[in-house]
Amino acid sequence: MMGSKPQISAARRRFLVDMARTAGGVALFAGGLGLYARQAHSLPSLAIRPPGARDEEQFLGSCIRCGLCVRDCPFDTLSLATLDDAVALGTPYFTARSIPCEMCDDIPCVKACPTGALNPELTDIDAARMGLAVLIDQENCLNFQGLRCEVCYSVCPSIDKAITLERHHNPRSDKHAVFIPVVHSDHCTGCGKCEKACVLEKAAIKILPMYLARGELGQHYRWGWEEKQKAGRSLVTPDQQHQYNLPEGQRYDYAGEGLIYEQGGELPFDADPLETLNRGLEQQR
Amino acid sequence: MTGLQQPGIAATTERGWFARHKWLLARRFSQFAILGLFLLGPWLGIWMVKGNLTSSRTLDVLPLTDPFIFLQSLATGYLPELTAIIGALLVVAFYLLVGGRVFCAWVCPVNIVTDTAHWSRRRLGINAASRLSPNARYWLLGAVLLLALITGSLAWELVNPVSVLHRGLIFGMGFGWLIILAIFLFDLLVSRRGWCGHLCPMGAFYSALGTHSLVRVRADRREHCNDCMDCYAVCPEPQVIRLALKGEQQGKGPVISSAHCTNCGRCIDVCSKEVFTFGSRFHNRPDASRQHQHSSGMEVPQ
Ligand code: SF4
Ligand code: SF4
Ligand code: SF4
Ligand code: SF4
Repeated sequence: MMGSKPQISAARRRFLVDMARTAGGVALFAGGLGLYARQAHSLPSLAIRPPGARDEEQFLGSCIRCGLCVRDCPFDTLSLATLDDAVALGTPYFTARSIPCEMCDDIPCVKACPTGALNPELTDIDAARMGLAVLIDQENCLNFQGLRCEVCYSVCPSIDKAITLERHHNPRSDKHAVFIPVVHSDHCTGCGKCEKACVLEKAAIKILPMYLARGELGQHYRWGWEEKQKAGRSLVTPDQQHQYNLPEGQRYDYAGEGLIYEQGGELPFDADPLETLNRGLEQQR
Repeated sequence: MTGLQQPGIAATTERGWFARHKWLLARRFSQFAILGLFLLGPWLGIWMVKGNLTSSRTLDVLPLTDPFIFLQSLATGYLPELTAIIGALLVVAFYLLVGGRVFCAWVCPVNIVTDTAHWSRRRLGINAASRLSPNARYWLLGAVLLLALITGSLAWELVNPVSVLHRGLIFGMGFGWLIILAIFLFDLLVSRRGWCGHLCPMGAFYSALGTHSLVRVRADRREHCNDCMDCYAVCPEPQVIRLALKGEQQGKGPVISSAHCTNCGRCIDVCSKEVFTFGSRFHNRPDASRQHQHSSGMEVPQ
């Protein structure tokens, strides 16, 4: 009896030690993998997800890395990340500068996705938001220098909506115009055709993931003019006269009129600008 | 010692090389054929099967989805679309029938790697064996699901050797070879059957899935066993054999009912006494072996 007791407890101890070892090992492994997974959460800036991809957080839980979207893309745009890429292993992405998305009307990649990681609610490719084109290098963009390259503008599938050319004075020559390509987020799908087409050695216009491309207003910010239009009246101050300390016969209108001179009031300058310029000189003469 | 280094020698001399490797060949054929179907597309442009083991579409109609990754996705709090649900149900139904770990023995590409490691180990006489609990895999399975829950992402898929290898072969491997090499060296040098027999959470998932599956290996002629131990030597989960083979006195039936059995059929191959056979999980009374034999009229080698 006495002999068997320590034996049992030895076996029991061994069992417990084994269990603790296993649990410890697994915990260590899980901790490491958890940290690694957190790191893999951040999508690198030049990897663009296919159209309809849910936001990165949810995409990493919903995309099962099957590659069916890759297979059904007729332009070989997409590929699955390998261990060499900085993108989460096995997930689909594309690099705009290599092969951009051709914005297929029937969006085969979304249709192929078995899990809905590419949201099947996306049926109009113009509504895709894969990223946003940003003319990131104004110093090298040819159009900014006053040349008429604007290849990005010409190739854009949503030309004149997603990219427009805005005419400005060219301060360098002082007599020409510059045509600045401007991207509009309400139409740009992030397809990457512009980045692909940019004639520079390295594209001046680049597709960035939304989280990098866009700023965000403070929650409490409101554009006064929009609110005023919505409400039909100013929401800030009731329309009343300002209490400026102005000379007789003058008042200030904040609604955009500026200084107002009432009839009979004294004008600080003459109606004839020359008179104003020469003021003071007459006295010397 | 030669017996254990080259188990099945006895069977070879009595039954010929081909009979002794029947199930092994069938299994390798199955593994390579499945891989081949996936590779027909990217290599030859014949698109019968698209995708990879995590989810595929066959002949543009049949969706199949790996229930393990499906479960992980559920754990992140995401409910996949119908196609994936149907695909996962089809696969679950299949393995409920034929045995969960049939995935391991007949489909999984890593099995070829770990079997090779084990074979080399035997040939090279490497005996190093670190003490790993065969239940570690269930802990890992739990950890994998917990991680999906906590991180909201398929964290395990960042390292899962099964998908790394299978997807890698089809879509491009990159440095994925490193993970596979690590598994090979681990099984070769550190622990006997270390990965598939102790750690792989995917194997654990399929074990659990096949706990009550229909198709089983049975030791129906166990009274003919001559204790050569060949079956133990080749079995990837040797602990599953004993009860079925030697449990008659303890009132155990001849069915190998442990969910860890991969239905690989290697024991059937190597046994010179033809003790084992594929069958169903039913008729598992302790005396079922003799009865079964008589009722099925299985001939007894002279
Ligand atoms: S929309 Fe067309 S080109 Fe773009 S990723 Fe999808 S399939 Fe490829
Ligand atoms: S088809 Fe869907 S689940 Fe498959 S890789 Fe593409 S996005 Fe992921
Ligand atoms: S990414 Fe470029 S080409 Fe594509 S829609 Fe946006 S601006 Fe146009
Ligand atoms: S245990 Fe894992 S790696 Fe081994 S064969 Fe099964 S699924 Fe594949």
